[in-house]
Amino acid sequence: MKIHEYQAKEILRRYGVATPRGEVAEDASEAPGICERLSGRCVVKAQIHAGGRGKGGGVKLAGSPVEAGELAGRILGMQLVTPQTGPEGRIVRKVLIEEALNIASELYLGITLDRQLGQPVIMASASGGMEIEEVAAKDPEAIVRQPIDPHLGLQAFQGRTVARRLGLSGGTAKQFLKLLSSLVDAYLDTDASLVEINPLLVTAEGDVLALDAKMSFDDNALFRHPDIREMRDLGEENPLEIEAGKHGLNYIKLDGTIGCMVNGAGLAMATMDIIKLYGAEPANFLDVGGSASQEAVASAFRILVSDQSVKAVLINIFGGIARTDRIARGVVDALAELGDVDLPVVVRLEGTNVEQGRAILQEAGFDFIVADQMADAAEKVVAAARGEG
Amino acid sequence: MPIWVGNDTRLVVQGITGKEGEFHALGCREYGTRVVAGVTPGKGGQEVEGIPVFDSVAEARDETGCNATMIFVPPPFAADAIMEAAEAGVELVVCITEGIPVADMLKVKAFLRRYPSRLVGPNCPGVITPGQAKIGIMPGHIHRPGRVGVVSRSGTLTYEAVWQLTSLELGQSTCIGIGGDPLNGTSFIDALEAFRDDGQTEAVILIGEIGGSAEEEAAAWVQEHFDRPVVGFIAGRTAPPGRRMGHAGAIVAGGKGTAAEKMEALEAAGIRVVESPADLGRTVAEALGT
Repeated sequence: MKIHEYQAKEILRRYGVATPRGEVAEDASEAPGICERLSGRCVVKAQIHAGGRGKGGGVKLAGSPVEAGELAGRILGMQLVTPQTGPEGRIVRKVLIEEALNIASELYLGITLDRQLGQPVIMASASGGMEIEEVAAKDPEAIVRQPIDPHLGLQAFQGRTVARRLGLSGGTAKQFLKLLSSLVDAYLDTDASLVEINPLLVTAEGDVLALDAKMSFDDNALFRHPDIREMRDLGEENPLEIEAGKHGLNYIKLDGTIGCMVNGAGLAMATMDIIKLYGAEPANFLDVGGSASQEAVASAFRILVSDQSVKAVLINIFGGIARTDRIARGVVDALAELGDVDLPVVVRLEGTNVEQGRAILQEAGFDFIVADQMADAAEKVVAAARGEG
Repeated sequence: MPIWVGNDTRLVVQGITGKEGEFHALGCREYGTRVVAGVTPGKGGQEVEGIPVFDSVAEARDETGCNATMIFVPPPFAADAIMEAAEAGVELVVCITEGIPVADMLKVKAFLRRYPSRLVGPNCPGVITPGQAKIGIMPGHIHRPGRVGVVSRSGTLTYEAVWQLTSLELGQSTCIGIGGDPLNGTSFIDALEAFRDDGQTEAVILIGEIGGSAEEEAAAWVQEHFDRPVVGFIAGRTAPPGRRMGHAGAIVAGGKGTAAEKMEALEAAGIRVVESPADLGRTVAEALGT
């Protein structure tokens, strides 16, 4: 789960990470007052779940409270397009207004899981402001990597190593070490999957602060963090994906025309891939999951056909934990409930109780196109979407 | 030669009194696995279709000599169940549970370093040696004893490959689902090592997916240590970056872990990479000259 910058900073401050002073506004009229309280010069930052906000015009410096009001007015409600949002962009509903600080240098600091090591790892570089992927591509040596033991936490010498390799010394290094140790605590304590401070600011006065903050969390661990779960912003998510989530379905909206309903994540991905191989694009990823109930399957079907770009549907089920008869019953019930579905539906069933499953489909009285292998199914659904079915 | 699961398997099922736990315990027994015990804390003394239930794995081990476990415990308690099995001395721990927090798995991995138990999974379909025994949720009837080892991060996609091998009368030696989580117990390399040491396995199907670098590591290992044919498939070529594709581990993050990268690594190691999952079986048949 992702959260906004202002929320991440709220969490990090609880652990002792220094951040610029600031307040959130949802209405431009609040901005001048906030700027005033921050002593007149401030930065207005769009709050969306995507990076590269500055490049899209979502981060602006205001020299006065009046200007802060103008900028907030311009940014709030804008369709912010950044390199990470896609061409449709995101609507800005909140801005974070923070004090403007005197920048001496900018660093990068992040913590994430290194899957190969099986340990969290601190990543740092002296090139703050640049995407870490960019640094990794251009100059991998410039990235300092320090694994940490998740059960023992950060050791002092490990922090000193990172500080030294970033070229920090004196009071700045001291402040950096405190911030790093707080950051590690926050990462471990909240079941974060990523925490990223880019840039980490060193001010002209030698202070070290998190100028930006990005956090995302392990969805599987949210059950023990109700406070973080509440930070979820549904406005940042696709409405069909939210609807799918309510039914325990794993659905991701894509740009193509073939709606897919598959059981199992691997098979769902492979089904998307084979559709592409046969010359069309998948409209979605949809895993109905291991123990999908009949109701969940029916909802899955409803979500698929409510996507206007879908021209044909491919149902590809290999039954193991999910019995194919149950899936077939769900499909038939959903179709009966929806009434007229004039989309071609290609069905391919295999696995546990497959005979019962096929019988249910055949007796249902719908005009299913039945396929018996994956390649056959892909060919048929691509043809059907082109009106050749 | 069966790998990890076979006629000698004596299975305990942790979480046997749950709906899925019971369903699949009976499914394993029906397939021929000796299911000797179940464990649910607080329900010791009960029976599930004739299978005795114990309060702890240690008791089940003492009473029945179980040497393998299949875990269906809900995610918040699954890490604990894995560690309990290891401490009780159970040699093989197969964890089916999906949704275990990463932090819990970090704990499990640290804990398991002190015990010889092998963990398969979590978030996996299990392990089957066709004709002998299965530990897991895979549909047994699609398998046939045979010549090809299968190792995969996916569940249903594995069944797809298995079905093709069965239809082509190649069959399977042992099929190992290593699971779709970012941190797991058994790696591709562990499975490949077992296939190398198995005389029955003449070729291997390796099914990977986007995210992480396990396929790249496996490719490097194959190049050095494995001289039988390997056919590979990577799911997720059409997956958008930054999105988790169902499996917790299936995500292209920071431009790393793409299908293209992995396919390239597999090919460079001499693995036959298929673009369509429908071609897995046929490509194995060609490699074996049948």
